[in-house]
Amino acid sequence: MSNEPILRAEELSKAFGGVQALSLVSFDLYKGDVLGIIGPNGSGKTTLVNCLTGFVKSDSGKVHFKGKKITNMAPHKIANMGVTRTFQIMRPYYSLPAYKNLIVPLFSPRSRRTGGWRGGGKLGSRDTVSVDILEEIGFERDSYVPYKMASSLPTGYLKRLELARCLALRPEIVICDEVFSGLSMSEMASMVPLIERLQMDGITLIMIEHRLRELFRVANRVMVLNFGMKLLEGSPEEVVENEQVKEAYFGSEEVFGYV
Amino acid sequence: MDKHTHRKERVDRGIKVRSDSVYAVSGWPETLYLLTPRLTLILGLLAAPLILYAFPYWQRVLSIICIYGLLAVSFDFLAHYVGLVSLGGAFFIGVGSYGAALLNTELGLPPVLSIPIATLVGAAVCTVLLLPCLPLRGVYFAIVTLMYPLLAARIIEALDIMGGTDGLIGVDGFSGSWVEKYTLLCALLFFLFFLRRLVMEDIGLVFRGVKDNDQAVKASGINITTYKAIAVYISATLGCFGGACLAHIYMWAGISQFALDFSIIPIAATVVGGAGTLVGPVIGCLILVPVSELLRDFGTLRIAVYAAILTAFIVYKSEGIMTYCARKYHQFERWVEI
Amino acid sequence: MHILIYGVINSASLALIALGFTLVYGISRLPNFAHGALYLFTGYIAWVTLNLLGVPYLLAIIIALLFIAAVGGAMYQFILVRIRGMAISEIIASYAIGLAILEGLRWGGLKGATIILPPFVEGSVNIFGVSVDYQRIIVVALGVLLVAGLWMFIHYTKIGLALKGMAQDERAAMTLGIDSDRMAVVSMALGSAFAGIAALALLPLGNIVVESGYNVLILAVAVCIVGGLGSWTGAVLAAFLIGFAQILTVVYLGPQFQIVVALLAIIITLIIRPSGLFGRQKELEERV
Repeated sequence: MSNEPILRAEELSKAFGGVQALSLVSFDLYKGDVLGIIGPNGSGKTTLVNCLTGFVKSDSGKVHFKGKKITNMAPHKIANMGVTRTFQIMRPYYSLPAYKNLIVPLFSPRSRRTGGWRGGGKLGSRDTVSVDILEEIGFERDSYVPYKMASSLPTGYLKRLELARCLALRPEIVICDEVFSGLSMSEMASMVPLIERLQMDGITLIMIEHRLRELFRVANRVMVLNFGMKLLEGSPEEVVENEQVKEAYFGSEEVFGYV
Repeated sequence: MDKHTHRKERVDRGIKVRSDSVYAVSGWPETLYLLTPRLTLILGLLAAPLILYAFPYWQRVLSIICIYGLLAVSFDFLAHYVGLVSLGGAFFIGVGSYGAALLNTELGLPPVLSIPIATLVGAAVCTVLLLPCLPLRGVYFAIVTLMYPLLAARIIEALDIMGGTDGLIGVDGFSGSWVEKYTLLCALLFFLFFLRRLVMEDIGLVFRGVKDNDQAVKASGINITTYKAIAVYISATLGCFGGACLAHIYMWAGISQFALDFSIIPIAATVVGGAGTLVGPVIGCLILVPVSELLRDFGTLRIAVYAAILTAFIVYKSEGIMTYCARKYHQFERWVEI
Repeated sequence: MHILIYGVINSASLALIALGFTLVYGISRLPNFAHGALYLFTGYIAWVTLNLLGVPYLLAIIIALLFIAAVGGAMYQFILVRIRGMAISEIIASYAIGLAILEGLRWGGLKGATIILPPFVEGSVNIFGVSVDYQRIIVVALGVLLVAGLWMFIHYTKIGLALKGMAQDERAAMTLGIDSDRMAVVSMALGSAFAGIAALALLPLGNIVVESGYNVLILAVAVCIVGGLGSWTGAVLAAFLIGFAQILTVVYLGPQFQIVVALLAIIITLIIRPSGLFGRQKELEERV
């Protein structure tokens, strides 16, 4: 891993009306990391992601990607630079086959640059790339899963579809907003290796999660947020043992047995 | 049938399922099932000038129907496929009409040149002028677009440019009444099928994404404003074409072309005919415009009437005629025991 | 001096006109595009009761106001309630109703001889060298009264507080037992009544012409957008800004630009700062 952080956030703050959603949050992300962001509900995790990716303008603070300032840039520009994110609430095109859902990201300038196919117009070229990406992510081509209507896909596949949307841009960073939520144990069993594969492909990940056991299996560093402030950052083991973190989640001296 | 023991179920007709995609050519019934509605529309429209040969007044009405039809289709496209509700269709008409008139009177270009140029350049002008409004959310975009034609009309009136309240006169007419009718009809059919095809294409998906889930589209690295601008340009093209033809039909361009009629009828036609279908608005126009002409004796009461019809449809039957008919055609209902 | 006095009068007129619109939007988030039609309709009803039924002026005013409040409430109860929540449909439907009323009036009522409503008090007075009609002074007084009265109503009476609660958060108000639909009918009736008051105060200054119905709508929308939809302080402030801007334009450029100013104000505000002066922040922009 290089010494320069691939993503650096400095003192991000954001208030919505009277509520301070983020308060001077800073962190560094190095290439190849899997950074987990955890914290109770309302601690500002999604707001942090929104500020990092340009969906919400932060009140103060800076964000740098590979040394370049991306604070408050337009979301599509940030995505085109290689910083992508998933959405917790997905709204795919339910009445269309799964692979059609990837057509939109394949339209972006970044996809056109890195996708390796010759622009639009030619019938089928985007479709082919789309099915290929889906196969990469675990949609079995033989069972025609990519061709199924998005409305008939279970949550596990929909989550992967959302990830595929990011992957279509050949990103450097993928920020996953609760990809593990709502998955059954078997779906989870196939999701974790997928995340590990992404990491091995060189993609840096930030994962916002509530399911801590699975998260700690993939994350190498964890950051805890509470009431918009960064409580702690460290390895999963350090975070789990920390008193303040336990208090944040439980408010008392419950036993917090994981890992 | 008792609502407490039975429920209504809608099932696709057998023939619809049999004629899905490739299987459409598997046999005559299937092919006919798909072709009939489309052919009826196309042949019906194309034959109309001939049928109405004895009624020149109604032939003229046919041209007007086409122009309103173009506007209505452009409204439907923008509103239901891209999510931009434009209440100011009159703006496109006015720009196209003044454009064609200016090209004709100032530069002496014949209609065969002035119409295409006014269409393409006029649409560009409209798009540029609407550019700052594109990031606005739906409601505010609607209000702003409502104000644009009013502003244009008042500015022309106040500054007394481009003919002021009298308008530009002396515009050439079409070289023949058949040319006029068929140019418009063919253009309408062309744009209609072009747009229907477009929304199915990949770029149509991007537009629908802009409408349904713009956050995801932005997160996918796409500049929403660019695509909105493209959609507006396409819509404006339809409107400006209509306006340009209008100038040559009436041989005049004036601020009345920014008038209320042009903003309201397309919306009414879309609601009545079936929003989201692109064909519905055309049908809506086929109904509303003759009604409007019949009411011409009552002066501006006709606006009141179709405003009332519009309200009634929005509130009670917002489905629209086309959607209703399509549903009946493709599906049948039956009562099923719970 | 001319400019100052006419500016104040114009601003007061705009405030009166916009009050009804901003009331309805502020409370039930309903953009009532029939506002201009209701304005004109009131004047027409007043004229009919006054001239054709021979009713004393004060009674005619009261009848007209009650009538228009009923029309507003009925409009909501029978038509708008079914499309609640779909903002575009609300605009189109209320605009269509307004159109129907206005064009219906144009066809059925306001033909031929010019129709006027007499001013409340004849005569004029001299203020700082400028001759001002009593009627115009009444307009300003009414404006001040209504704005102050509305403020107190909203802040101190039970219904007022209920309306304010609805304005802030409709769902929360509903969970507290405030019936959202009934409140909406009340707010529509009130809003229409305010449009009526504005009409009865302002129409005597000129003829009753259908065009004023459209102009009033544009002016009301302009004031509310510049001030920020839903904000009373903003509306008042915007009324002054636009009012003075209009007077200045009329003095230096000519009367035909008066409505152009309003239209430009709408477009420029929406482009530069969609939430207006005091509107709820970020509500109007792309969901960033």
